[in-house]
Parts: sequence; structure tokens; C-alpha cells
Amino acid sequence: MSGTWMTTRAWLLMLPLLVVMVAVIGWPLADTVGLSFTDAKLVGTGGNFVGFDNYANMLSSSNFSRTLVTTTLFAVISVAAEMVIGVLAALLLNQQFHGRAILRALMILPWALPTVVNATLWRLIYNPEYGALNAALTQMHLIDAYRSWLGEPGTALAALIVADCWKNFPLVALIALAALQAVPRDITAASLVDGAGAFNRFRFVILPYLAGPLMVALVLRTIEAFKVFDIIWVMTRGGPANSTRTLSILVYQEAFSFQRAGSGASLALIVTLLVTVLAVAYAALVRKTAGSAA
Amino acid sequence: MERQSPAFTIFIHACALLLAAVILAPLAWLFIMSISPAADLAAKPLRWWPQSADFSRYGQLLSTAENSAGAAFTSSLRNSLEIAGMATIAALALAIPAGWAVSRTPSIGWSLSMVIATYMLPPVALAVPLYMGLSYLGLLNNVFGLALVYLTILAPFTTWLMKSGFDSIPREIEAAAMIDGAGLFQTLRIITLPLAAPVMATSALFAVLLAWDEFFYALLFTSDQRAKTLTVAIADLAGGRVSDYGLIATAGVLAALPPVLIGLVMQRALISGLTSGGVKG
Repeated sequence: MSGTWMTTRAWLLMLPLLVVMVAVIGWPLADTVGLSFTDAKLVGTGGNFVGFDNYANMLSSSNFSRTLVTTTLFAVISVAAEMVIGVLAALLLNQQFHGRAILRALMILPWALPTVVNATLWRLIYNPEYGALNAALTQMHLIDAYRSWLGEPGTALAALIVADCWKNFPLVALIALAALQAVPRDITAASLVDGAGAFNRFRFVILPYLAGPLMVALVLRTIEAFKVFDIIWVMTRGGPANSTRTLSILVYQEAFSFQRAGSGASLALIVTLLVTVLAVAYAALVRKTAGSAA
Repeated sequence: MERQSPAFTIFIHACALLLAAVILAPLAWLFIMSISPAADLAAKPLRWWPQSADFSRYGQLLSTAENSAGAAFTSSLRNSLEIAGMATIAALALAIPAGWAVSRTPSIGWSLSMVIATYMLPPVALAVPLYMGLSYLGLLNNVFGLALVYLTILAPFTTWLMKSGFDSIPREIEAAAMIDGAGLFQTLRIITLPLAAPVMATSALFAVLLAWDEFFYALLFTSDQRAKTLTVAIADLAGGRVSDYGLIATAGVLAALPPVLIGLVMQRALISGLTSGGVKG
């Protein structure tokens, strides 16, 4: 069978997917680019061409810079915490203890819990009047009076990060555990014979096996954290006083609450560009890590 | 195996207990809230263990009496099932031929890479045109419209999973069947697809989980019981004036049950699916 026919046949089999992807992703994305240069409203006629005005206005607004800082804080702190706690949990789950199989199985639960249910659960836990956190901390005499964890700008973002970490660190743990189980036993045994301490063993013997999978998890989690919408919308809607407003929430408000489709589109594309730059930088890092680990 | 000192063994067990508590406490509390009488949940100091188990909220939410909290919940449950089912079937119908094509003809692999790269796009970058498009087609607040939009998330992911699945089926098996005189579609039907059945099942489960979990598009593109999904219904409950927190918790338990059961039963397949990308780098 000729190679050209093979390739043509492959393209024919790809075609349905490509057509649908162009219809639901390609075309909307192109349309967003077009909209971003207009002052179009969400409903009504097309709007007028305004050049780069939307971009200039967005990039110079204090809303944008503040939201970018909030998003970065959320992404960096929650992903870093998920990585550290996840790897520690994986090291634990790789030890021998009673009930290990059950504990490994339990790790899937937070991951499987729908994001909105997770957000609702933590919202109930943080409830200022009847929440479990207030009750527990008061009964342990750690705080004197009930606090509004999601209602105060000083604690809301931290409270969100805890809720996000709880849902996502188990996934990191499971990925790290799978990598740990691929470390050959005789290598760890040999390093023991050579007198390596626990830290050196982790750093030089185990970590190279973890690096590749962890980098991939890091990339995916960072991209997700940067795009975060669901958990924040359900728990705080970006409040109080916009202290938990992330980029996706700002786009939503601009395009759908204020119905400014044009300027919302420009902001959405700025976010897309930021995520792409992040992803490309990370991809280079992944390749480097994979190269050095091999 | 290294010998462990007793102190180390105790330390490991203590850590394991702590980890189990961290994972289980919030989940257990969600369930306890769902069966605690409203008075217990509002008590100060809070009553951690209900005086009597009260399962009435489950009946309340699953009843279909008109204009009840149950009517809104059961319709959203039905919508979620329909949308997840339709979107999953459509995604697999696209993913299976495309995944096989890329697996057997690597020279077109770049097209799949482009499809997968769309994962980076924040949904907000597509939301406005999708909203206008659905509105133009009369598919706003419609289960078909939402299922169509969910293909943006489901199709790239399932195609990638199917492609790695086909990669692990040696093409020599297909070649042997062809030499024996089987045509391409006969070979796929008799040889390849049955071998790929486990991957298809895993992909389908992932797709169902993704669709079940989706919130952003559902929030934007649905407005009432005709199309609202579970995630939107729960967010409505959580953000609304419901004074019985136990009812919100009950809705959460019911919405979490299907994916949690899938997760527990399919753990091995799910983890190998999630890590296969990582291992290959």
C-alpha cells in the first residue's frame, strides 16, 4: 500500500475531529480576536473598530494589575503547596504500614469530588455562623470569637488556597507514588550500603525518578490554577472587596456582567497569551529535566 | 528491605493516621451535615455527631413533586446525565478514528498536538463567541448545545488517551490480519477495537467525569430547569437563601456519589491514564 494513500486515509479519519474542533474552538477563538478590536456589546450589533484601545485600557487599569497579582499568588502558593504535600504524602504511601492499600485508595476521593461540590463543602466549613472550622477552633480555644473566613479580605484568599490544595494534592501524590514505585529496589539498597543519608538518598537517588512526572504535573496544575474560575466563583465570587478576583473572574464580569464583549475579549486573549508563555517556558523546562534525568 | 526502628514505625503510622484524617474529615463532615437535624447544625457549640440520623433530605431532593427543591434537583440530575452521556458518545466517535489514525500514521501527529494544545486556552477565551453562536442557533439553555460545547474539553483529551491506547497495540497484529485477506474496516472491527476496549472504557469514564464536573460553560449557557446541570444547581443552592445547610450538603453528597464510585472502582485505570503522559514526558 502506498504511503500517500496511508496519509490520505489518516487525514480522512482525522477529519471529523478537526471539523468539530474548528467549529467549537478555532472559529470562536478567531472571533474573540476580532471582537477584541471592537467596542461590541454582548447583545446587539457588531460594534465599531477601536484598534488596540481595549488592550491599552485593560493593561493600564488597576483592576488588571491587581487581578494579575491575585491570580499569580493563588497559582504559585497553591501549586507549590500541592507539590510539596503531594510528594511527602507519596513518600509516606511508599512506606510499609498497616492499612496502606486503603489509604492509597482513599487518595482518589478528593480528586473525584466535583470541583463545585468541593467549593460548596469548604464554603460550609468556613461559614461564619455555623461553620465547622469556627466551631473546631473555638472548642480547641485557638480563637475567641467566630470569624468570617471568606468574608474578610485578609483570610479569603488563604481559605480558597486551602480548599484548592485539599482537592488537588492527592493527585500529585498518586502521580509521585507511581513514579516512586518505578525506582528499582537495588538502587536504593545500594545507596544505603554506600552510606547515603535519608536526605541525600532522596535528593540524588529518588528525585531523578520523580522529576519527569512531577514536572508534567507542575505544568498542568499551574495552567489550571492560572485559569481558575469554578472554586472561586462558588466560594467568594471574587470578593470580599475583590480580594479573590482572578483573571477568569474579571473576564466573566467584563464580558457577561457588564456585557462589554469587546473589552472582555481583549482581556481573555491577554490571559491566553500569559498561559501560553507559561506553558512554553515550562515545556522547555520539562525537556531539560527529562534530558538530565535520563 | 531495610529494617525499621520501632520509633520510625510509630512515626510512619502517625503520619498515615494524619493523612487519613486530612482526607476523610471534610468528606465525613459533608455526609454528617446531610443527615444531621437542622437544629444540630445551628447549635452552639456545634454538635459534631447528630442525635438522630435524619435521611429525609435525600427523599426531599429526589422527589419530583412540582415546584419543590426536589424538582429543581432531579431535573438538573437528568440534564447532567443526558449531557455527559451525549458529549461522551460524541467525543469517542471523534476520538477513536482520529486516535487510530495518528497512532498508525505518525506523520500527521502534529495535527493532534495542535488539538491538545487547545488545553491551554482558558474557557473565557471562547465563551463570548460560543454564547453568540449558541444564541444564533437557538441552542442556549439547551442540553444539545451544552453537550456540543463540552466537546471542546472532552474530544482533545479522549483522542489523546485513545492514541496512547492504540500505540500499545502492535501494528503487526493488524498487518497479519490484512495478509490473511481482511480489509481495513474488518481488521479494525475484529482485531483492533476489541483489543482497545479497555482504553475506550477508560476514555469514556474520563469523559463522563469531565462533563459531570464542568461548571463554567453550564453557568453561562443555561438558565432554567430545561438545561441547568447539577454543578449549577448546587452553586445556586450554595449561593442562595437556603437556610438548611444540611440540604446543600445532601445535594453535594448525591452529586459526588457517581464520580466517587467511578474513581474508587476504576482507580488503577484512572491513575495509569493520568500518569501515562507523565511517564512519556
